[in-house]
Amino acid sequence: MVDLSVHLAGVTLKNPIIPASGTFGYGREFADTYDLDILGAFSWKGTTRDPRPGNPQPRIAETASGMLNAVGLQNPGMEAVLREEVPWIAEHFHGPVIANVCGFSLEEYAENCRALEDAEQVKILEVNISCPNVHAGGKNFGSDPKSAAAVTRAVRAATKKPVFLKLSPNVTDIAEIARACADEGADGLCLINTLLGMRIDLNTKRPLLANRTGGLSGPAVFPVAVRMVWDVYEAVPKLPIIGCGGVDSAGAAAEMLLAGASAVEVGAANLRDPWACKTIIEDLPGVCQRLGVDKISDLTGGAHHGE
Amino acid sequence: MKQGIFTLERTRQLTGDVWELRLSGDTSAVTAPGQFVNIELPGKFLRRPISVCDWDQEGLTLLVKEAGEGTKELVRLPAGTELNVLSGLGNGFDIAAAPEGAVLVGGGIGAAPLCGLARRMLAAGRRPALILGFRSREDAFYLEEFAALGVDVLTATEDGTLGARGFVTDVLKTLPGCTCVLACGPTPMLRAVHALPQLTGGQFSFEARMACGFGACVGCTIETRAGLRRVCKDGPVFRKEDILW
Ligand SMILES: Cc1cc2nc3c(=O)[nH]c(=O)nc-3n(C[C@H](O)[C@H](O)[C@H](O)COP(=O)(O)OP(=O)(O)OC[C@H]3O[C@@H](n4cnc5c(N)ncnc54)[C@H](O)[C@@H]3O)c2cc1C
Ligand SMILES: Cc1cc2nc3c(=O)[nH]c(=O)nc-3n(C[C@H](O)[C@H](O)[C@H](O)COP(=O)(O)O)c2cc1C
Ligand code: FES
Repeated sequence: MVDLSVHLAGVTLKNPIIPASGTFGYGREFADTYDLDILGAFSWKGTTRDPRPGNPQPRIAETASGMLNAVGLQNPGMEAVLREEVPWIAEHFHGPVIANVCGFSLEEYAENCRALEDAEQVKILEVNISCPNVHAGGKNFGSDPKSAAAVTRAVRAATKKPVFLKLSPNVTDIAEIARACADEGADGLCLINTLLGMRIDLNTKRPLLANRTGGLSGPAVFPVAVRMVWDVYEAVPKLPIIGCGGVDSAGAAAEMLLAGASAVEVGAANLRDPWACKTIIEDLPGVCQRLGVDKISDLTGGAHHGE
Repeated sequence: MKQGIFTLERTRQLTGDVWELRLSGDTSAVTAPGQFVNIELPGKFLRRPISVCDWDQEGLTLLVKEAGEGTKELVRLPAGTELNVLSGLGNGFDIAAAPEGAVLVGGGIGAAPLCGLARRMLAAGRRPALILGFRSREDAFYLEEFAALGVDVLTATEDGTLGARGFVTDVLKTLPGCTCVLACGPTPMLRAVHALPQLTGGQFSFEARMACGFGACVGCTIETRAGLRRVCKDGPVFRKEDILW
């Protein structure tokens, strides 16, 4: 028997597999495909204070081994999520919920975290800092250490729940951002979010996405994510990392753990194969046996040792 | 929604770029005409959404137009190829909600789902008329198949080489008694049909770029009078009164 359980800042997950924000809605679409209780946790759609309609069509473009999305944080807003989604989740999933929260100002980040304080099932706040700061000309909070630190400080003061900052890969030195978040009391980090990209439509000679740019995800980004998890693990070895980006198999999940992750999020793979997380979870014991561990948590950071 | 392996039984070229594909497999998730399947193709990250043209217990019939790389590959796969297919996606047309005298309207490859729709309307004792629009005579397909079902087929071609010269809307205008349509086709066609003053109701099937096809990613959201709706899950068929352009 392989022990698949892992720990994230005091929260126990029965296995390290977590559907990533934006690819799992609030869980409803997957409840008919498999029993949600097989999951370690799930991260819900990035939620803002106000409802957001998102970007105009088209919002999706295919790429080699992946996709671009420019959904634009479409979500029903925090109040509707608390009223309609949280009670539904309580009935259909009994593990820890990771609440992905976004904001366009420091105040909004703090407010969104406070709003979830009484949502008991929400065990971790995953703070998406790839959001434009309306007070700084739309520059992303995640794009420099100062603003990433400012968000961490604001959310740390607003909640007792563990906060994991979800880092953007669109930076020169992700380790520097990770350190800035750690210094302000982040309980953990999640990485990576999508890589900024673009496709041009040869028929119109214009960008394919109405938003022009979109976020790249899927197997194409996997090696970038593994490298960034590696760098962040070296920079802040004490903080638990949720590794994310291009994971589509139990083997890829194991690579993330070996690079330094304590748990693994699966994003775009869910869209191509709605049963992706179930298959990965079922394949994990076999991969652990092959790697010679009887506790999957022993894999975390394994690639850094024994050099 | 079901995921299953379908076997490509045969392909038949209908026009220069439109093919009929027959796939065998478990069709139990298909519940209404106008639903679609999402097909995994080797080497492509995203599946390709294709309407169910018709179905029975043994399998599916699809009509595929070569649009880009994926569909070009799909129509050239050899018989016997196994395809991973998500089936039973989308809402489909609501036959019970369509009044007596509702006319089926298809433009180009949009004719595909009208086949399964016509068959089920006939089975329900209805005798819908059908208007199909094509660019030219050589682009027309499935006219005999529709006629064999027992529907009256009217055609319009842009160059007048088959049926009326012009668009499906020109034919609709000659049928002032028609106040409701069940339509599928390119967006400009849907929009022109939707704008006809004679219509009091109708159902319109939409397209959108999709990532998942089952409601999870909100990549395909459009704004309707009823609020934001996902083309893949809440649609692809929307009621006339809910549509915003
Ligand atoms: C609900 C629905 C039903 C459809 N039914 C049919 C049908 O019965 N027969 C048929 O021939 N075609 C149908 N289409 C259109 C078909 O999905 C596209 O032509 C096809 O995806 C193009 O893929 P490609 O690789 O050939 O083109 P590429 O342009 O190389 O595709 C690149 C990407 O864009 C997407 N894409 C390109 N064009 C479209 C489009 N028009 N709609 C949605 N996504 C697109 C592709 O899926 C892919 O992700 C339908 C689309 C939808 C949304
Ligand atoms: C359609 C789509 C929507 C997404 N929405 C969000 C979001 O709301 N918040 C967020 O933090 N990340 C969002 N992401 C990013 C994913 O959670 C993940 O970080 C990224 O896609 C990389 O992982 P993957 O390659 O496994 O998809 C989204 C990704 C996709 C594909
Ligand atoms: S394509 Fe994902 S929600 Fe419609």
